[in-house]
Amino acid sequence: MEYKDYYKIMGLKRDATLDEIKRAHRKLARKYHPDISKEPDAEAKFKEMGEAYKVLKDPQKRAAYDKLGKNFKSGQEFNPPPDWDAGFEFSNADFNDMGSGFSDFFEELFGQRRHTSRSASGAQFSSHGQDHNAKVTVDLEDAFYGATRSISLQTPILDAYGQMRMSNRTLNIKIPKGIKEGQQIRLAGQGSPGIGGGQGDLYLEIHFKPHPLYRAEGRDLHMQLPVTPWEVALGETVKVPTPAGTVDLKIAAGSNSGSKLRLKGRGIPGSPAGDLYLTLSVIAPQANSDKARALYKEMADTLAFNPRIKMGV
Amino acid sequence: MSKQSVLSGIIVEETCAFTLGELSNACGMPAEWILALVDEGVIEPVGSDQRHWQFRGQSLRRVRIVQRLEADLGLNLAGAALALELLEEVQLLRNRIAILES
Repeated sequence: MEYKDYYKIMGLKRDATLDEIKRAHRKLARKYHPDISKEPDAEAKFKEMGEAYKVLKDPQKRAAYDKLGKNFKSGQEFNPPPDWDAGFEFSNADFNDMGSGFSDFFEELFGQRRHTSRSASGAQFSSHGQDHNAKVTVDLEDAFYGATRSISLQTPILDAYGQMRMSNRTLNIKIPKGIKEGQQIRLAGQGSPGIGGGQGDLYLEIHFKPHPLYRAEGRDLHMQLPVTPWEVALGETVKVPTPAGTVDLKIAAGSNSGSKLRLKGRGIPGSPAGDLYLTLSVIAPQANSDKARALYKEMADTLAFNPRIKMGV
Repeated sequence: MSKQSVLSGIIVEETCAFTLGELSNACGMPAEWILALVDEGVIEPVGSDQRHWQFRGQSLRRVRIVQRLEADLGLNLAGAALALELLEEVQLLRNRIAILES
């Protein structure tokens, strides 16, 4: 078990006042809230910070935690000394929230009494079982073709002693063709069992891994298409990779960098299917030979082109 | 647990509609709280008679976000509703930036 430095997690000194702890908590809660933050590990940080706050805001728990000493470093192997918490009273009221996934460190120090309050928290179990939620990251191609993906979930369960434990389970799930970023899949009956027999449902929120070529917006896909100066100037047919395979695209003569083209129905399938938007990006070849330099020189002389004319220079 | 079998679900936003009771069950909150969200304009029911109200699939996600913002950050309903709308806009803009920068 690793020691957790709750002060460091909250960015506080060990002699922080209760007001300072509360302020730090409000600030960090806004920063790392999983619905707000764009940081990938926001959820883990939010939980860690919530755990730290639960201990530090409670004078009894904080005193017990402080008694462990400040010589431990975060992540260091830790075993609580026997009777470390003698003489401290904890209120059980804090421990009713289910499945918030506290660290082993927290469970070891403050978790032993959790099950004693379980029976009182029976209201959590409606006759219909609880719904569960999880986020799943899949490839964009999965939305394009549909796919079967194996996912691992940590689910809180009540064991025979009435204690909450995290249980791992693996599910094979179908990613439906045409799903969009942020949409949820409902798997009926995969949540917690209810007392009356009805199972809760499992909701999976789907997110796409960043794709090297495409970026999704709803069912539309966006992509930059590199082209040569002569392809846009003369108008030529070029090959374009789409998720459904390579297609030939006719570029209109006189197109330019930044020109947008739409390939209707070439986005994520569905009704209606999304479109594939291409933004042309003109790449000038290097003048890395005498012949290439001569060609560029000839263009300079012949075209007399000034792209900065509107800038007045 | 059933490692070999493949589970098929439905896309909530496309195919689901919720009644008031179902939405309240799904997030474990009383129906009165859902009604307050309707009054705040966070979600819009279809149908005139409250007993036959239907909420579109995407309502669930909005309701859950407001629920978490209230519980975790101590926002009131109006504040959470505003934050939800701003968050949706931020997400749209972030994605646009990513498209432009790719």
